[in-house]
Amino acid sequence: MDQGRRRSWEWVVERLIKAAGVFAIVFVVLIFAFLLWDALPIFRERPLRELLAGGRWSPTAEPPQFGMLPLLLGSLYVTAGALLLAVPLGLATAVFIADVAPPRLQEVLKPTVDLLAAIPSVVFGFLGLLLVGPWLARWLNLPVAQFAALGSLMLALMAIPTIVSVSEDAIRAVPRSLRDNSLALGATHWQTISRVVVPAARSGIVAAVLLGLGRAIGETMTVLMVTGNAAVIPRGLQGFLRPVETMTATIAAEMGETAYRTSHYHALFAIGLILFVVTFLTNTLADLALGRAGRAAR
Amino acid sequence: MSARRISGPRATQAVAFLLLWVAAAAVVLPVLGILAVMVVRGAGGLSWGLLFSVREGLLPAVVGTVCLVTLTALIAAPLGVAAAVYLSEYARPGPLVRLIRVSLVNLAGVPSVVYGLFGLALFVMVLRFGRSLLAGACTLALLVLPLVISASEEALRQVPRRLREASLALGASRWQTVRGVVLPNALPGIITGLILSVSRAAGETAPILFTAAFFSLTHPFPRSVFGEILALPYQLFVMATEAPNVPAEVKWATALVLVVVVLGLNLVAIVLRARLRRARRW
Repeated sequence: MDQGRRRSWEWVVERLIKAAGVFAIVFVVLIFAFLLWDALPIFRERPLRELLAGGRWSPTAEPPQFGMLPLLLGSLYVTAGALLLAVPLGLATAVFIADVAPPRLQEVLKPTVDLLAAIPSVVFGFLGLLLVGPWLARWLNLPVAQFAALGSLMLALMAIPTIVSVSEDAIRAVPRSLRDNSLALGATHWQTISRVVVPAARSGIVAAVLLGLGRAIGETMTVLMVTGNAAVIPRGLQGFLRPVETMTATIAAEMGETAYRTSHYHALFAIGLILFVVTFLTNTLADLALGRAGRAAR
Repeated sequence: MSARRISGPRATQAVAFLLLWVAAAAVVLPVLGILAVMVVRGAGGLSWGLLFSVREGLLPAVVGTVCLVTLTALIAAPLGVAAAVYLSEYARPGPLVRLIRVSLVNLAGVPSVVYGLFGLALFVMVLRFGRSLLAGACTLALLVLPLVISASEEALRQVPRRLREASLALGASRWQTVRGVVLPNALPGIITGLILSVSRAAGETAPILFTAAFFSLTHPFPRSVFGEILALPYQLFVMATEAPNVPAEVKWATALVLVVVVLGLNLVAIVLRARLRRARRW
């Protein structure tokens, strides 16, 4: 009957809704499966040692070389430099917004930081390439206008909003009573921040740093445009002022011109697989840290 | 009586707060600087010809981006809203929900270029969409899905419990309550989330590099969902890195147009959200 038809219609709709929810899991598994599937042939073709520890990445040479060490180290340099800038600045800004800034200023600062998060990465790359790079090169007397530290600088700007918003939430979640007790014991505002509030927000801050790390290591267009893309192994502190090539930039630059299912194609998927695994780990750890922060706040 | 000390907790606090001010300024001033530079240098190259000429202008790229993000939203919205309805209205806490949440966190953190690889492998190759508007939109839809879901879920959760209870008490079924009461009340919030997702999709370049974008002037407009397209962020990328004869002011103007489109969409979402908060009936 009508009632019965409505029942079965609702049954179908509710199954579909549940399927949409389960979709998220399916897609994470699918992404991993496709990356693995298209990466596997290169792992069969070359020994793992040669791929991960090989010092030469020249996929179009004869015979082609797929040593990923320059790319791994390139990503490491650029990301480490970005975090070195973004973590202290982001954390200080979060503390400032959450606890120190006058309310009027807070209302201006938050949207400004959000604005930074909304600017597309290709625009940061554009600015680095046309403006900041040449300017820094002239100022520091560098031979090149595209180098690792420039990538770090632009990436830091992009990671800061993530770090600020996650750690600001963590700082705000610290119970009022903790602050009040500290102040009542005669501690100054700053002593309360540095010895009570920030330690209490530790888990959330760790999550913020991990999410910032994930953002920086996966960023593509900016580093592709500003780091010079030279697959050489960076050495020492000087390496920051020389061109490097990151994992993400390599995929972006080369996949377009690579024939389907060649060794080169599979090698690029292997890099994608490494990126996926690294960001999966940092995000899962960040999620665990946030879970701990949530329980601690309760 | 103690002598006045220069050091001590008060002095430390003064120094620390000064440093915090400096750090906040070091974050905020570059943002303002970036926007100022973009407006000043970009405005010089802006002209009607640049905006609306098909041959030398940005019109094809703007049209391509509009098509791309519209299709992205059409794909991501039903899927994302349905998933949000499941999480907020149907699911009970348990291992399945936990697994979905972990998956969403990870989807949100997958690098955009990895989405590009996945889109290439699945949509372009296995499903044979080719490099096309459709393949690009599917890839971008996946990328914004976590954003759509979390925004929609938040909107759904803000609908007060008593509205649902009233509907159920009147004899409406679970689904009738969701469709007739919860969703309409959450709709403005959901739309705000969708606009933010669209603005994110409009600025993304890496996911469409090998799934949808091309740079050619022979077929400036997409003829079907299976055609390649020009897109604003991709055009900016090519202009900045490869195209040799593009004058600097055209590059800056293109960057400005992209930023205005993306930030403009953000602004619309923010204003909408603020008005919503004021107009809320509960």
